[in-house]
Amino acid sequence: MSQLLIYSLLAAQLLLGLAIGCGAFRILLGPRAQDRVLGFDTLSVNAMLLLLTFGIRSGEVLYFEAALAVALFGFVGTVAFAKFLLRGEVIE
Amino acid sequence: MNGIEHLPPWAAALTAILVLIGAFVTLVGSLGLLRLGTFYERVHAPTLGTTLGTIFIASASMLCFSVLQSRPVLHEFLIVALGLVTTPIALTVLVGAARFRDTAERAAQVDEPEDG
Repeated sequence: MSQLLIYSLLAAQLLLGLAIGCGAFRILLGPRAQDRVLGFDTLSVNAMLLLLTFGIRSGEVLYFEAALAVALFGFVGTVAFAKFLLRGEVIE
Repeated sequence: MNGIEHLPPWAAALTAILVLIGAFVTLVGSLGLLRLGTFYERVHAPTLGTTLGTIFIASASMLCFSVLQSRPVLHEFLIVALGLVTTPIALTVLVGAARFRDTAERAAQVDEPEDG
C-alpha cells in the first residue's frame, strides 16, 4: 500500500510541476505587467504545495517551514509588486 | 527514519487520494490561468489552488504525520490559515492596481484623437 502512496505522491508532484510550468508560462508571455505578477503569485503557491508533498514523501518537518516561508514571501512579493504597479514606489 | 512505509494501509490510501485531489485541483486552476482570455477573468482561476488545493494537500500531510507519530500534528493549519487570509488581500490589491492602470490608459487613448 505504501507503494501506491509513493507512486501517487510522484504523480502529484508531476501535476504540481505542470502547474508551476503554467505559472512560469504566464510570467513569460503575460501581455501586461499585472499578468506577470499574477503568474508569480500562482507560481509561489504551487511551489509551496510542491514543498508540502516533498515533506510527506521524506517524513521530515523541515519542508513544512520552507513551505511556510515560501507562502509568506509570495504574499509579500505580490503585494509589493501590486503596490509598485499602483504608485511607482513600494513604500511611500 | 523514512516513516512512509510504516503507515497503515487505510492512512496510506487516504493520504494518496487527498494528495492527488489537491494536486489535480491546483493544476486545473493553473490551466485556467493559462487559458482564460482577459486579466479580470484570469484572476479568479489560481484561487482554486490556494484554497482547495492547499486544504487538501495540507490535510493529507496532517493525516500522514498524525498517524505516523500517533499524536495530533496540526501545524499545517498555519499554512491553510495564511493562504486563506493573504490571497484575497494580495489579489484585491493587484486588481486595484490593474484597474488603475487600465483607467489611466483609456483616459490617455481618449485624449489622443482630440490632439491629432
